Amino acid sequence: MQVTITVNGQQRTDDVEPRLLLAHYLRETCGLKATNIGCDTTSCGACTVIVDGLSVKSCTVLAASADGATVTTLEGLAGPDGELHPMQAAFRSEHGLQCGFCTPGMVMAAIGVLSDNPDPSDREVREGLEGNLCRCTGYHNIVRAVRTAAQAGPSAGQVPA
Amino acid sequence: MIPAPFEYVRAGSVDEAIAALTEHGDDAKLLAGGHSLLPLMKLRLAVPAVLVDISRIPEFSYVRVDGDEVAIGAGTRHFELERSDVARAEVPLLPHVASRVGDPQVRHKGTLGGTVAHSDPASDLPTALLALDGSVVVQGPGGRRSIPVTEFWLGFFETALEPDELVVELRVPRTGTAGWGYEKFTRRENDWPIVAAAAVQGRVALANMAGSVVRATATEEALANGASIEEAAALADQGLEPSSDMHADAEYRRHLARLLTRRALETASRG
Ligand SMILES: Cc1cc2nc3c(=O)[nH]c(=O)nc-3n(C[C@H](O)[C@H](O)[C@H](O)COP(=O)(O)OP(=O)(O)OC[C@H]3O[C@@H](n4cnc5c(N)ncnc54)[C@H](O)[C@@H]3O)c2cc1C
Ligand code: FES
Ligand code: FES
Repeated sequence: MQVTITVNGQQRTDDVEPRLLLAHYLRETCGLKATNIGCDTTSCGACTVIVDGLSVKSCTVLAASADGATVTTLEGLAGPDGELHPMQAAFRSEHGLQCGFCTPGMVMAAIGVLSDNPDPSDREVREGLEGNLCRCTGYHNIVRAVRTAAQAGPSAGQVPA
Repeated sequence: MIPAPFEYVRAGSVDEAIAALTEHGDDAKLLAGGHSLLPLMKLRLAVPAVLVDISRIPEFSYVRVDGDEVAIGAGTRHFELERSDVARAEVPLLPHVASRVGDPQVRHKGTLGGTVAHSDPASDLPTALLALDGSVVVQGPGGRRSIPVTEFWLGFFETALEPDELVVELRVPRTGTAGWGYEKFTRRENDWPIVAAAAVQGRVALANMAGSVVRATATEEALANGASIEEAAALADQGLEPSSDMHADAEYRRHLARLLTRRALETASRG
């Protein structure tokens, strides 16, 4: 079947099998490898992307269901001249990553947290990221990064149009 | 993990969904948020030949007051219920319980109709709907009918739905300012309840204490006969046969049912 999906600002049409998962579509069909697959069971959040403004776990969404949707992955965050999104910049400045495996999903989920709540407390950040696991357990710096990003204003909770 | 192949049909309306179910019968399954069904399909525990996607049906997602009741569209996603001002004012138990389901990403996809139709005894929102004594509105080729929640969940993954029917609406009485309580015991914040108790207006429902969500009838009777909260809650597990699994054995579940029922009733009594 054919799907037309806007991925990181580019509309594209692809022939997909109905059972293709959005995570595999992004990685294999679109060649966007930032979105990691950690657990495949909706538990770890590594595959989190933003679909029509909402954070979702792309290992549990069919590409077929995303027909007509707008999807943003980590690759779609930086500006045209490589300028980092406020959330990316904060993860860098606060050292919100260790091995980096969970990071793309954490960054996308964190943008989702700020889109709901532009200035969360530590506790609210932790609750907002409850669906994302970091095996390096670097949670303190991740929480700090999200709160730092919040200081950048509303753009930290938005993905580029 | 990748599901087995299937034919994909997108339903643009409730009638189209019913037509697809009628045509394909037992081979077809509805796909709403997919957050219970797709995991099962990846494990090949569900192998539908045809998947009927109802996640884009317009007019399937709403929360509104209708007479003495609040009516909620089956396609309403958990986060929409959580944030609904109507739900917060008219039946505050429901948005609170919606906020306790899974994590934000799960709540962005999962729907009320999906969790109701799935009939997992460990699910949060069905427990709340059961305590609220609401009803499930279903629609099939012959039209709509309304099933009281007490007759809807028949067992593990088993409901009173016919194969060609879908859940279209959930209805609950408006409880307004009446006190309510919800107690959910988990090991990790975003997990399904090991046991949960919902209390509102003298009714108590429990998650994960039987093959489906159930009412704590002995507790309710005791309360109606003037027992104290402590006395009534001590009966919460009466007549129930909870199972043992890696999270908790049956005896521990009984203990949790009594404890969580007491806490939920205490919170409800404080209004
Ligand atoms: C990581 C994770 C954590 C979770 N944590 C919790 C939790 O803490 N508490 C909890 O209660 N749940 C939890 N869930 C389950 C979640 O709430 C599901 O979204 C929900 O149970 C199913 O809703 P859905 O819309 O995704 O349904 P789907 O997966 O699309 O469908 C589920 C079943 O219902 C059928 N169906 C769907 N819609 C209808 C309809 N309108 N009429 C008839 N049949 C229909 C489908 O055919 C299927 O059999 C969790 C899920 C995940 C992945
Ligand atoms: S890979 Fe999707 S949640 Fe872990
Ligand atoms: S940084 Fe290694 S998993 Fe999170």
